Amino acid sequence: MAVFEWIRFVIGGVLLLCGLGIFAIEMLGVYRFRYVLNRMHAAAMGDTLGIGFSIVGLIVMNGFHLTSLKLFLVVAFLWFSSPTSSHLIARLEFTTDEAREEHYRQVELTELEKELAQKKEEV
Amino acid sequence: MGRKRTPEEYEKTVSYRLRQWLDGSRDPFLGRVEMKPQELFVEPQELRDRREEDLERIHARAYDMHSNTRLQKFHHFYQAFSVLFCLILVLTLLTAVSWLPTVGASERPVNNEVAARYIEKGLQETGSVNIVTGMILDYRAFDTLGESHVLFAATCTVLILLREDKKRGRAREDASDRLYEPKNDLILQTAARMLVPPIIIFGIYVILCGHLGPGGGFSGGAVIGAGLILYLCAFGFAKTERFFTAKTYRVMSFGALACYSLSKCYSFYTGANEIESVIPLGTPGAILSSGLIFVLNICVGVVVAGTMYTFYCMFRKGGY
Repeated sequence: MAVFEWIRFVIGGVLLLCGLGIFAIEMLGVYRFRYVLNRMHAAAMGDTLGIGFSIVGLIVMNGFHLTSLKLFLVVAFLWFSSPTSSHLIARLEFTTDEAREEHYRQVELTELEKELAQKKEEV
Repeated sequence: MGRKRTPEEYEKTVSYRLRQWLDGSRDPFLGRVEMKPQELFVEPQELRDRREEDLERIHARAYDMHSNTRLQKFHHFYQAFSVLFCLILVLTLLTAVSWLPTVGASERPVNNEVAARYIEKGLQETGSVNIVTGMILDYRAFDTLGESHVLFAATCTVLILLREDKKRGRAREDASDRLYEPKNDLILQTAARMLVPPIIIFGIYVILCGHLGPGGGFSGGAVIGAGLILYLCAFGFAKTERFFTAKTYRVMSFGALACYSLSKCYSFYTGANEIESVIPLGTPGAILSSGLIFVLNICVGVVVAGTMYTFYCMFRKGGY
């Protein structure tokens, strides 16, 4: 059974390292991007995928019992709440943005289709 | 040994930038992150005139030393008494300090038998598996009662400062920043519909199991308060005021604090007079055990939840 334990440890460790790597990328993105929505995009990655990897890694390392269920509930809670709060921040940013023309371009779907068709023809 | 660099070369290296960042001579985020400079506050002439006029009037009326003999007397008395008071305070504190035991002495309060007694007899005397809960709600329940009352007093102060009457509140609400805040957001409402019930159930669980494991009134009450705040954010005041109004808060906090005080009075009376208490301690580990601790936990939880929710309401709108 020692081999099995080792395999479990390695899998858990790899998952945990993946999670930490995603957190590192998230931090880099949050500090390197300039605009709020871009930075939020980076931050949301850590809140969902990073925390998911880390906690699944912890569950695998710790073995399956009642604590794993609790950890799983933590992940589920974060997966509900983090996108919701990001959505609210994004909506607030959109409604209160003073230089909207600089940041976004408003496009009708039909126009976009036309543009894409043109590009295809050019290629 | 690396080669020697010229100053221009050195200024481009990472270590130089790191050092600059560390001693604060250069902010790496300046100009990179979107930010808005703060505007200088300029007071309108009209407001300024009025303020200065008011100040002069106050000085002329209240602090007119020369013609007001009562004020003059009080001023002299105040000066003399403040010196006397400070001297007495300094002397009292110095005497107290001179009576303190020396550092590391064996008869210091840290080394007395209280801590050992809590651990050895805590379970038997309070009936609570969680020693911490047994300590704060049984041995030191008076202290926790004070804390609950502090929360209540804080809410009263916030109510005095931030409560708006209806007419003024409406105008202020229209002018506030919250006009832009997303209202009736479908995503938030769906998430809240799924999350609020588990959050509140978890809060109740934390309160009810305070004597069996980590948790208790303060943490559980905070969880329930957060759940209520989430519900308010998602559905607005129109929905929450159907079940939570100023009257609800009054009844909740008064009931909980009165229940706490009365039950604690009873337990002090029976405990101090060695009278048999009618409230059984129960078997340790069962949900209905540990006597009054169970009740007190619920009281504290109710007060904390109400306080959190009230604070949020007051800071957001100035009313329920």
